[in-house]
Amino acid sequence: MDYFLQIFNTTGIFIILALSLNVINGFCGQFSLGHAGFFAIGAYAASFLSTEIQHTYVLSPIILLLLSCLFSFFMATVLGLIVAIPALRLKGDYLAITTLGFSEIVRIAIINSESLGGSRGFVGIPRLSNSFWIYATVFLTIIVLYRLKKSKLGRAWQAISDDEIAAENMGISLFKYKLIAFLIGSSIAGVAGAHFAFLQQFIHPSNFSFMWSVIILTMAILGGLGSISGPIIGAIILTIIPEILRFFGSEISELRMVLYSLLLIFLMLKKPKGLLGDREIWELTFFKTFFQKEKKNA
Amino acid sequence: MPKEVILTLQNISLHFGGIKAINDVSMQFENQKITAVIGPNGAGKTTLFNIITGNYKPQTGSLTFKNIDLNKHDCHEITKLGIARTFQNIRLFKNLSVLDNLKVAFHVGTKYGPVDILFKNSAFKHEEKIIEEEAMTLLRLIKLEHKKDLPAASLSYGEQRKLELVRTLATKPKIILLDEPAAGMNPTETKELTELIKKIKVDFNLAIILIEHDMGLVMDMSDEIYVLDYGVLIAQGKPSEIQKNPQVIQAYLGISEGINEEEHPEVISL
Repeated sequence: MDYFLQIFNTTGIFIILALSLNVINGFCGQFSLGHAGFFAIGAYAASFLSTEIQHTYVLSPIILLLLSCLFSFFMATVLGLIVAIPALRLKGDYLAITTLGFSEIVRIAIINSESLGGSRGFVGIPRLSNSFWIYATVFLTIIVLYRLKKSKLGRAWQAISDDEIAAENMGISLFKYKLIAFLIGSSIAGVAGAHFAFLQQFIHPSNFSFMWSVIILTMAILGGLGSISGPIIGAIILTIIPEILRFFGSEISELRMVLYSLLLIFLMLKKPKGLLGDREIWELTFFKTFFQKEKKNA
Repeated sequence: MPKEVILTLQNISLHFGGIKAINDVSMQFENQKITAVIGPNGAGKTTLFNIITGNYKPQTGSLTFKNIDLNKHDCHEITKLGIARTFQNIRLFKNLSVLDNLKVAFHVGTKYGPVDILFKNSAFKHEEKIIEEEAMTLLRLIKLEHKKDLPAASLSYGEQRKLELVRTLATKPKIILLDEPAAGMNPTETKELTELIKKIKVDFNLAIILIEHDMGLVMDMSDEIYVLDYGVLIAQGKPSEIQKNPQVIQAYLGISEGINEEEHPEVISL
């Protein structure tokens, strides 16, 4: 049972990560590859704060969790700001390389800082998070992002990802709206990091390698960039597939990265915009006809 | 009616390396008037538009819009001040629906803040409703209300041009710049477009600046014409004066002397 609960919780964290990356890469069309960096900052900020507080004060776990999540949110936003201000002058591949470089800097800085456990990893983190808090965060993220998407902010992002020059000439400040997208994306990833740390109780710099950024990106692309239900589906599929592969023995399980790549290649050939594209799952014709029939029967 | 100058360009120059795209050009644009900028291909007309809208910054010279120095403002701020444009090679948001293309352009006037969005309160709902209604009004103006949910890329060429034209209106402009609005249209569509432009000029109280190669349309609509050639302003005046100007004829046809109306009837149509 513990095993399934663990998968369930991990899926939740990946859903938050995929959704937050989707704000930058999907809504706003900026290619960021540095999500593991913000995830790491969130995880280490929460671990640091919670253990420090626990040494001196006795707080109820819920308050400690909320405080740590806020701190992670804040730290990820601050670092997001530091990265975004120079990096957002770049476009496409250049932005991807810059953000990738940033996430590696974060990882290496953590390895070299003794107060964060360095290369031994951070031990003794209290177990503050559980399925309830993770899925509460998922739920909150979905609501916030959905409302943002359906406002002038969402339209401005769509306009920027569609045609920057036209967007600028419609009175949309490119820098401001790209920055907002970047900060929202990175701060939510920070909160996901906090939950990750409180769930694992042990974090290590290798948890936040470049591969994580790629996996999160794969989830978002698989589901459909620009959609909200898309990255959720992508995160669920890509967390569950490797676990299913475990049942087929270690030989196949070792091939999971190969299967990942094959899946991606196949997807890019057949559905370059992901499973859902920028639509939501209830906007698909299949669902529409299904629900319309239901209504008629009723 | 007294002359009401709304935009003044003074000694504008912009050079790309050794190419003088715009060289010491001064112009004045009046409210409620249609001013055409014409000239052969590569004369610098679109560059001039890019300077007015802030996409390019001139190296020398000043732009004054209602006593505001436009050189100090970025492109998106200039739109907020009230200058909107269309593009020579249509730049709609192709993946967005027809209606959303217009809604994006209402961005400038939208006042609700992040708190209103997150709590989806009455201020948010009220303003979104107004945006929707105004966007539909604009769509009815170009008779595209039945296509509001289609992606903009699926519209016909003429429809896309018209949508881009009304999209500028959504930013609540004082001046609109139209870059070859009739390019690629058939005579019927061009006629419809002419009527539409004349109508919005009055209804929305606009100054219109027009780049166009269709001389029939230019001569029919313009109150004032500026002629550019190789980045230099070579003539300015009423349509009837421009038609007779020898320098303009030379720029278009490359004949310096001995022009004869019988030999060159195209000059008349110019």
